[in-house]
Amino acid sequence: MNKDQTIGEILRSKGISRRSFLKFCATTASVMALPPAMIPVIAEALEKARRPSVIWLSFQECTGCTESLTRSYGATIEDLIFNVISLDYHHTLQAASGEAAEAARAAAMAENEGKYLVIVDGSIPTGNPGYSTIAGVSNVDILKETAKGAAAIVSIGTCASYGGIPHADPNPTGAVSVSDLINDKPIINVPGCPPIPAVITGVLVQFLTFGLPELDDLGRPKAFYGQSIHDRCYRRPFYDKGLFAESFDDEGARKGWCLYKLGCKGPTTYNACATTKWNDGTSFPIEAGHPCLGCSEPDFWDGGGFYKALSKPTGDIGKTAIYAAGAGLLAGAAIGGVMHARKQAAVHKHQRATIDDLGEGS
Amino acid sequence: MEKIEAVSITVEGRGASHAPSPGCSSPSMPTGNLVPLLYEIRHALKRWLDDGQTHVIDLRTIPMSPDEERRLLEVLGDGEVRAGLAALGSSDVTETGFPGVWLVTHRNHDDVLVGRFIEVCQIPEILKSQAEDAAAALQRLDDLLANAETTV
Repeated sequence: MNKDQTIGEILRSKGISRRSFLKFCATTASVMALPPAMIPVIAEALEKARRPSVIWLSFQECTGCTESLTRSYGATIEDLIFNVISLDYHHTLQAASGEAAEAARAAAMAENEGKYLVIVDGSIPTGNPGYSTIAGVSNVDILKETAKGAAAIVSIGTCASYGGIPHADPNPTGAVSVSDLINDKPIINVPGCPPIPAVITGVLVQFLTFGLPELDDLGRPKAFYGQSIHDRCYRRPFYDKGLFAESFDDEGARKGWCLYKLGCKGPTTYNACATTKWNDGTSFPIEAGHPCLGCSEPDFWDGGGFYKALSKPTGDIGKTAIYAAGAGLLAGAAIGGVMHARKQAAVHKHQRATIDDLGEGS
Repeated sequence: MEKIEAVSITVEGRGASHAPSPGCSSPSMPTGNLVPLLYEIRHALKRWLDDGQTHVIDLRTIPMSPDEERRLLEVLGDGEVRAGLAALGSSDVTETGFPGVWLVTHRNHDDVLVGRFIEVCQIPEILKSQAEDAAAALQRLDDLLANAETTV
């Protein structure tokens, strides 16, 4: 496929009609929570965009993020994303292996110097380099080498974004996030364990049409992570009326009352689950009667138990500056150590909060 | 708001026609967004009549209970036009009982709802023939006619 063709030309050459393209743009704008007035703008920008070369690096991960992307809504609209990007290296999906695979990565880097997009899933071990290697190269080395010529990096999943489960206490491999290692490239965090498929593709479309999206203080695109699960939860009216399930089999649980007391992390979790939903838009965990685990937040595994009522940190988490640096706004290496110490202190300050405490902030 | 007992229990999602199963029921309270939404449609219709400005509302971004969603469709009703698209799955484009107010529903190849919009305009853009597709069609017709003795 010719890389000089625009996305519009490629789609038409594949027999995808302009109407289908408009439908794709409309539903993507909807997923991105953009006002419908933006649909023609997305269509025009995407039409003229050229397919970026994408190098996908998988480090300490479970392949759940790739599963999420590839299982998105069957062979349908999200499928189009593979026409929109040129996925030049993905060691799980590509046919090539061994030296041929690594040659594909080297070729993509050389041909698209300064323009290619790096997608990372998985955290990076900083302990023994042998904990995770690809073709005998440590994850740290392959990340630094590949990031050098990248236009931007997208960290897919909580592991790449914040360290995730490998980073959980006691973090035996010394796992860190991409933004802990790279501070001279724009980094977009797309956390979630895994992230919602439509959010993965939405972020890519947003990057292609408008460039770097507006990010929150944890490096996440505000279009998808701008609101808490709690604020968009259909059970929110029960919270507001003080109606809670106290156990998984009581009257409140059967009536679908708020799961806050069963440990729901919805109030402190920013993600699109409550609106975009999962499994073809069927439902999301709370709709299935289970509290939100907060899987798209840093250190969600160490939050003190999935079924304990929410605790909230009283200190400042303090990763703000690090992620701002990752987004190319600050040179953050020097302050990284300080911020890490502050974060650790904040984690230790976690304490049980009452419902009244939570009400203050909401 | 009235007592919680007064709220009817509805099952959301694709299995909506099935009997509720334990743990899957999604009782919901009214959000109160229905009437404001109808006002937004009313103002948009007025703007279109006054100065031709079209308006699109993304229904997925407005929280509504299943009851309210059903009521919205009932209130808008069916109009004189009902069109279907076959583009990346099916889409329904229908004029509601209020001429100038259209309901556009997009589904993917698995027939899953992927977007629903209200458009206030003469005719939704996606229903019109697109110049790019027409240009490709012209090419195909030319190719067909170039060998008309074998192809037609």
